[in-house]
Amino acid sequence: MNAVEARKQNPKPRRNLAWRSRLPPIATALCILLGWQLIVAGFGIPTYIAPSPIQVAQVFIERYDVLWINFLPTLFEAAAGFVVGNTIAVVLAVWFVHSRFAERAFYPIAVFINTIPIIAIAPILVLMLGNGYAPKIVIAALICFFPTLVNMVRGLKAVSPQMLELLRILSASDREILFKIRLQSSLPFLFAALKIASTTCVIGAIVGEWIGSNYGLGSLIIEATYNFRAPMLYATVILGASLAVAGFVMTSIVERRVLKWKSSAVY
Amino acid sequence: MNQPQTSAVAGNTSAAAISARDLTVRFGSEEDGVTALDGVSFEVPEASLVTMIGPSGCGKSTLLRAIADLVEMTGGQIKVFGRPPKEARLARDFAFVFQEATLLPWRSAIENVQLPLEVGKGRGDVDRYADPEELLALVGLEGREDALPHELSGGMQQRVSIARALICKPRVLLMDEPFGALDEITRDKLNEELLRIWRETRTTIMFVTHSVPEAAFLGQKCLVLSSHPGRVSEFLEVSYAAERTLKIRDTLEFVQITGHLRALLEDAERLRMVK
Repeated sequence: MNAVEARKQNPKPRRNLAWRSRLPPIATALCILLGWQLIVAGFGIPTYIAPSPIQVAQVFIERYDVLWINFLPTLFEAAAGFVVGNTIAVVLAVWFVHSRFAERAFYPIAVFINTIPIIAIAPILVLMLGNGYAPKIVIAALICFFPTLVNMVRGLKAVSPQMLELLRILSASDREILFKIRLQSSLPFLFAALKIASTTCVIGAIVGEWIGSNYGLGSLIIEATYNFRAPMLYATVILGASLAVAGFVMTSIVERRVLKWKSSAVY
Repeated sequence: MNQPQTSAVAGNTSAAAISARDLTVRFGSEEDGVTALDGVSFEVPEASLVTMIGPSGCGKSTLLRAIADLVEMTGGQIKVFGRPPKEARLARDFAFVFQEATLLPWRSAIENVQLPLEVGKGRGDVDRYADPEELLALVGLEGREDALPHELSGGMQQRVSIARALICKPRVLLMDEPFGALDEITRDKLNEELLRIWRETRTTIMFVTHSVPEAAFLGQKCLVLSSHPGRVSEFLEVSYAAERTLKIRDTLEFVQITGHLRALLEDAERLRMVK
């Protein structure tokens, strides 16, 4: 307790430390950008093959309206897919843990669906669900679903045999064990999966937009590629990646808040 | 040296807290199974502290688990205050302390102690609950109510688990090598405190250990098991002229009793080798 208070009163050394740990990646990134600019300018590489960082930055400034209009649907699809896919995975995992039959019957099917490349499922879903948001959300959900299912099943089972014996002595019901024990002890596993899902759901949404769509970052990527608008292509890719990174960071922040009990060594 | 003497503390020995008759536990099939316990009979008087010791694999833990309804009996019977283990479990007549503290890492000390009040069908009887804060004070954890398990030492975690076991005011406390994973100094301290807790709560305690000094120091009676299959080798009274403090371990009486216990354990071991 004293150490924590002392740290609160004197946050300066920590901030210094944070700066020092962030400095190398920032410096490296700046060096890469600089090198990229020099190479493109120095060798006179045409813009349609590789644009310079400055040209990409110009797109962000001048065409931000186009980027923003296409960014919103992708954000919505990725977020909806994230919620739907993870919710289904968690519910199924709870069912699997309580029913050996369900696990035996459906786990192999889940594995099978996961082995089909997402790029091959996308056209099938577009045929089935049409051109709207639905197929994109389903693809984003599918891509989130499997890692969460596997981790959640493991997490729900990660209760020590002794703890289960204790609960048996207390005559606790399955329902009580689920809500008081299993769900909490599965949280570290769940967050490991959610961190993966927070980035892959963006990939799912973008892949969904590649096929028969005229909005979203995915369709913008296709359109920019076919018209040799390389700066726009690069800007779109960077925007998509930033969305995935933002999702990851947000999930990590929530994880740190929820899993305070895990260990103080996390910090 | 071990002629039966009536213990000063367990004055009223008429009622049996735990009684086992011809208890047999077999694991596996009829042909190639293992007989863990074979015809074990004994009685634990009410409000006494009985230690149980035996060579490893003799079925001490199995016996304790059979009493706690965690292991199925193959034959014989067990009664906890006149009730079979399952009924006793549903009535919360006994509580169990494991070798590991088995705390929920996301709950504070006091929330862990309260767990038995939140689950199970046997929690209806409100009169029987002790005050969680008082209990933490009883086990020497005043002021640490809000500490999370990872902020507590191994000994403190085990204190929390003892407080959790006592919250429903159990009539019997079953302890399975509760201090086995702790260092010797912590163990000594907890041994002394367990005696104090036992005197204050008057709970019947059955305490499994693999440490001879611990068995001799804590037990009013000591149940010695032999192994393969587990049978009662001797059920001896342990009493000292002096008051039980850690110093008693340096007296001749104590050394004689531990010597006798060791001889019994060696006999059990030799018997196993012959077989």
